[in-house]
Amino acid sequence: MAEMVKDIVGRCEALFEDLHFDAVKQWKAAVPGRKAIGYMPVYVPREIVHAAGMLPVGIFGGGDQMEVIQGDAYYQSYICRIPRSTLELGLTGRLDCLDGMLFPSICDVIRNLSGMWQILFKDKYVRYVDVPQNYLDSVGGEFYIHEMQVLRDDLGKLAGKPVTDDALRASIAVYNENRRAVQDLYAYRAQKPWQAPTSEVYLVIRAGMVLPPEEHTKLVRDYIAAAELENRPKRDNARVVLTGSFCEQPPLGLIKSIEMSGCYVVDDDFGLVMRWLLDEVPATGDPLLELSKAFLHRSNQQASKYDEKKEDKGKLLVHSVKFYGAEGVIFAAPSFCDPALLERPMLQDVLAKQKIPYTAFKYAENTGQMAPIREQAGTFADSIKLWSAA
Amino acid sequence: MSTPIQMMPSQPSKKPAPKVQKEDAMWLQKEMINANYHELATAHERGKKVSATFVPGNLNELVMCFDFARSLPETNALQNGMRKKSGKMIMDAERDGQSEDVCTYVKADLGMMLGGEIGPTGEKLPTPDLLLLSYTGCFTFMKWFELVRQKYNCETVMLHTPYQGDGKISQSMRDYVVKQLKESVIPTLERVSGVKFDIDRLRQYMKESARAEDDLVKVLQSAKNRPSPIDGYFGAVYYIGPMFTAFRGTPEATQYYDVLRKEIDARVRDKKGPITPEGELTEEKYRLVVEGPPNWTSFRDFWKMFADEGAVVVASTYAKVGGVYDLGFRHDPDHPLESLAEYCLGCYTNMNFPQRIDMICRYIEEYEADGLLINSIKSCNSFSAGQLLMLREVEKRTGKPAAFIESDLVDPRYFSAANIKNRLESYFQMIKQKRSVAGAAVAAH
Repeated sequence: MAEMVKDIVGRCEALFEDLHFDAVKQWKAAVPGRKAIGYMPVYVPREIVHAAGMLPVGIFGGGDQMEVIQGDAYYQSYICRIPRSTLELGLTGRLDCLDGMLFPSICDVIRNLSGMWQILFKDKYVRYVDVPQNYLDSVGGEFYIHEMQVLRDDLGKLAGKPVTDDALRASIAVYNENRRAVQDLYAYRAQKPWQAPTSEVYLVIRAGMVLPPEEHTKLVRDYIAAAELENRPKRDNARVVLTGSFCEQPPLGLIKSIEMSGCYVVDDDFGLVMRWLLDEVPATGDPLLELSKAFLHRSNQQASKYDEKKEDKGKLLVHSVKFYGAEGVIFAAPSFCDPALLERPMLQDVLAKQKIPYTAFKYAENTGQMAPIREQAGTFADSIKLWSAA
Repeated sequence: MSTPIQMMPSQPSKKPAPKVQKEDAMWLQKEMINANYHELATAHERGKKVSATFVPGNLNELVMCFDFARSLPETNALQNGMRKKSGKMIMDAERDGQSEDVCTYVKADLGMMLGGEIGPTGEKLPTPDLLLLSYTGCFTFMKWFELVRQKYNCETVMLHTPYQGDGKISQSMRDYVVKQLKESVIPTLERVSGVKFDIDRLRQYMKESARAEDDLVKVLQSAKNRPSPIDGYFGAVYYIGPMFTAFRGTPEATQYYDVLRKEIDARVRDKKGPITPEGELTEEKYRLVVEGPPNWTSFRDFWKMFADEGAVVVASTYAKVGGVYDLGFRHDPDHPLESLAEYCLGCYTNMNFPQRIDMICRYIEEYEADGLLINSIKSCNSFSAGQLLMLREVEKRTGKPAAFIESDLVDPRYFSAANIKNRLESYFQMIKQKRSVAGAAVAAH
């Protein structure tokens, strides 16, 4: 019998709320010697971790349910919340199940956190994952391949056996499947946002941060099938793209508030690691070369990535608005998030030229007051509807 | 060798202008900076192209090979900060859509653009013909030039410097930077300037750089003397100015550092303390290492808080933000591009956290400092994120007390003189107490 939406979403919510990462512990316990490697937003080539026989685990901060005590002692008030809650997770032993942590190149705060982790967790593998801002295969590509090779060698040592090309190709195929499923989920939500609300889609995506990709792919497929069987009312909501939430995540309540205020979120940048590469990575040939080409030429556009030309700025956002039939854009960025907040005026400029309406607010992962956001998003939705009617 | 001179007030005031003392080299440096602003202001009418680039990882020798006039937006922002002009610029940028949370250097620069691009000296600065985005040690640089490009629509070329995440510079990192220089940066500089690249010209500039770098290191390391003849933070701002900006590689810079070194050598011989804006510091009571950039909007008041207490900064990490010459790096004319790569990769904020902590601990030992003071800057995550761990680690490893104050680069709203003064006074008390406890322990044995 097919699973019901509430069962699937219930499972995802339990995974989301479990800040002790029991799913990871269970996965490790199932086969002695298994290892898990954490990674932070936005993107790491998870295929390499998977090919080493390890579980890649997305660490997206502590959310709004965890009290941050020790983590706060390491940061000034003007630093965003995700590094402090991530440290809290580490310092309270919740991340002991991880054998290593990867810190992607996204901003100076996460960059510095990689060094802090080296100092505070000396027994763990720690790597800063640099990615090229030069997109020539012979320049940025070669550098990136070397970076990936170092990671591959390190994880091979940790695993006790080298990571072979065949294993990498197999992992690329696994993640291609996962990417396809996630793309299908996003396409389905855009088509029928009343059937697949973002508060559910988000949880389904977040489940992929702790589940093996094969299992997550099945879960995504099951969710789409189950959602289609639901009989949910279609509302006259405004269709919006939500952007700026690619690192520190908003509380689930905030996503629900946006929806309750009269918005259908038809695209977002939550859990972007799953949609960073825009299409299939060839599972034949040189695997690192293919991963590099995908990163350089067919990857997402986001604030931590350099836009080579002025005219490229906001291209993907505008495409997303048009492709998903959105009527406006909500800029939802974490407080003190340099990449998102510096990017925002440029994107707003692009949207203004395209006559795409937008609104903007900031949040923290533990934001508790939803009324102002609900009011702002509601007013935005109303104004869109009024303009449309005009 | 120092002359009391009337400081020009930046804004009309009925109060008499305060007297300020500076070393001769400081005045020379000020002349150089003002001359460069004039060069910039008149560049286009003289048929010269204008480049803009950032301080850490700046490729001044290379850019000079293409006859560019050279602008450094951080320097513009800090000069505007020191002249009390940045507050309005920041608020203008915020009114124009910039977040209150982000870097105030960026907002001061954007605010200056909104105000008609009037530079710190009052002359109108030109629109750059090229933005050389040297992405070294600071993520915000990338967004900054994207924002400027959005406004000016000028050509931008990226030089991505990978971060020393493992605490070392690998061959792959060097190769990556050199390839970018060869395949992206130099061809763009040639195209925009219309000047063909001449590697021998680059070598010549680099020879000048290396000579000046030798002198700069001698000056900075003179602070190992007791008393220190320099202040390695506030005073060092003047000493690093030409080296970190548009002058490295020029004969003028070499001459400046020659003058400066001789001046400092004489101070060492005469056992003199540093020149502060209030005069020579005659009694050195505390020797400190400082981490983090200074506040620019109240620079003089900030310095005075130290000088009044007899506190001298003997070494600072900020003085290494444009190159870690004291760790041995020199521009190498025999390997020009590789050397430029090494320079970019080695800048202080491109070093990982364990490296930065090692450096501070070493400074405390080598300069016989009483402790570490961190000036945590709201605007600058590259410096600031994680500094509280730095404080703990340094205390743990050196046994020396550390203290923490907060301010901002160029936003006057984030400089609370009373708070900072209180904290400094408490810190100096703590050092004194530690000394007396240590002294009592020695006496007891």
